[in-house]
Amino acid sequence: MSAISANEISKNFGEVTAVDGISLAVRDGEFMVLLGPSGCGKTTFLRIIAGLEQQSAGDILIGGAVVNGVPPRARGIAMVFQSYGLYPHFTIRDNIAFPLKTQRVPKPQIRPKVAWAAQLLGIEHLLDRRPRQLSGGERQRVALARALVRDPTVFLLDEPLSNLDAKLRASARNEIKQFQQRVGTTTIYVTHDQVEAMGMGDRIAVINQGKVRQVGTPTTIYEDPADRFVATFVGTPPMNLVTWNSGHLGFRPEHFLPKEMIQDGAVTEFSYRVNRTEYLGSERIVYGELDGLLSPQEVTAKLPPAHVPLESIRPGEWHAFAVRNGQLCYFDEDGKRARRH
Amino acid sequence: MVAIAEKIHGSRSRFQIVFDRPRVLGAAFLTPAILYILLLVGLPFLLAVYYALSAYTIYNPSYHFVGLRNFVEVVESDIFRRTLLNTFIFTIGSQILGLILGKFGALLLLRPFPGRKIVRALIILPWAVPIALATVAWEWMFDSLYSVINRTLIALGLMLRADAPNWLGEPGLAMLCVIIVNAWRFFPFAIVIFLAGITAVPQDVLDAATVDGAGFWRRNYQIIVPIIAPIVVVGLIFGTVFTFTDLSIVYLLTNGGPVNATQVLGNLGFQIGILSGDVAHGAAVSLFMFPVLFLLVIVMLRFIRRREI
Repeated sequence: MSAISANEISKNFGEVTAVDGISLAVRDGEFMVLLGPSGCGKTTFLRIIAGLEQQSAGDILIGGAVVNGVPPRARGIAMVFQSYGLYPHFTIRDNIAFPLKTQRVPKPQIRPKVAWAAQLLGIEHLLDRRPRQLSGGERQRVALARALVRDPTVFLLDEPLSNLDAKLRASARNEIKQFQQRVGTTTIYVTHDQVEAMGMGDRIAVINQGKVRQVGTPTTIYEDPADRFVATFVGTPPMNLVTWNSGHLGFRPEHFLPKEMIQDGAVTEFSYRVNRTEYLGSERIVYGELDGLLSPQEVTAKLPPAHVPLESIRPGEWHAFAVRNGQLCYFDEDGKRARRH
Repeated sequence: MVAIAEKIHGSRSRFQIVFDRPRVLGAAFLTPAILYILLLVGLPFLLAVYYALSAYTIYNPSYHFVGLRNFVEVVESDIFRRTLLNTFIFTIGSQILGLILGKFGALLLLRPFPGRKIVRALIILPWAVPIALATVAWEWMFDSLYSVINRTLIALGLMLRADAPNWLGEPGLAMLCVIIVNAWRFFPFAIVIFLAGITAVPQDVLDAATVDGAGFWRRNYQIIVPIIAPIVVVGLIFGTVFTFTDLSIVYLLTNGGPVNATQVLGNLGFQIGILSGDVAHGAAVSLFMFPVLFLLVIVMLRFIRRREI
């Protein structure tokens, strides 16, 4: 049984459709990431699951029961917000205890519960401070602790890392993932950052313009994208697309290699003109264009420097590049994946 | 380098260079404000202290020093003690009423409804209308014969003509009337203060409280009110200081009557010092406001500092 399912959820704000018929089933204990560009409707969808917004159409089921119209506090959810939403006038202890107090948990039970959550997140020494005295990373842990004490059936996390600096973000990503694995609670995590999505998600739902484009494991999303949007949204640099018949042909920059590097299997060859190269240490990015198609098309290649000597590829040169046929993706004129070209 | 620097200096007047110094410029900007306070606040205050310690009347303008005799005489008078109590009742009553109206007004105005912008603009009117005009209007509403309130209640059959209250004629009702008029004048200000405070509470905090299970009352009184308290307290200081020193509403509506039931310090000081010409006692009465306001401001400023977030 899935912990949460959404059936044909839509949400209109006046003329604007923020969420356009999203259906999604999240399994028990799963870490599901909602990934999409800003304004794609992912946060609105999360707020509908939380009960902070009311959907215009469709059903939300939590633990098999329809919860449409059930207020947030009765849904068994806990939420961590982008700027954490800590209560500035409470101490950290009171912040974490607040959800228990609203549930009228007897006082003697509150203290050990708060201590347990604080210990799990390593913030025992901060309990008597106030939010403004804490760093961004510490605030984020407090928000997680406050979510944890309620024993929720679901964690909803709304871009919880976006207020942290880049270095802290990497370690916080790791912490959240480990924390979720330890407590085993079903989690829905909203982000626009594909690195977070790929690194943390058991499965990813890619959302664009209020619609789910694809749901799958990070591997599936990356290697077997369902459409052109997913293909170009995930991956840095994004997947190369060249016009092909009425649709597009796509291939990942790291699969686009000098022909002599590919020894086995059937390949498709291209004549590639190098415009510029970027040396990034562990890899080299080559910008250039293909000829021989309808018109010159810009294509990026990502090369492992160890295998391709730096001086062998220079701007202005023509090279024979190739892609294994199994690594080519075809998209029809609507951008949908076509299995046969 | 030296040559260039000299050239730049040479192209500007001495005057401009002097005003480039932060100390000079700062002093120049502050001078008007300091002069204003010294001449229009400081000087009259010292003059009042001086009058209060003398036997000065407009019929016998002598600066004969009498020490604290005026204060002792003032405190011993029943009217003054009644007035001091009235001033507190008037101030506290109208502030509480104004805050309650302001809080609920702000909550109502936060909800989207058709014509909200117009209502928001209109609600500020009591504050913008000259107090003399507004008080005259209220005076007619409370009039013993022509009271709109009474006539409406009688017409609706909710009250008998014989029971119609004489709003400004009965001591308790008269105090209620001046409090209502003052609260009516103060509440748009309270609404603005509450609106500013509530809209400044981060949406994430409100959403978190909702998800954490806080209902309407808990969200309001455990989350919103404590967060906006510093802003509200500042508004309350202003309201309290202005009300405690105010005499316009009382002067226009009841002139302290009936039999000093609505007499407040400002009006009493005006009656004794200006109308009766006993400047010394009038000054002594007015100076009783000072320690009260001074303490009040200190207490509230400490409160703000403690609650700073």
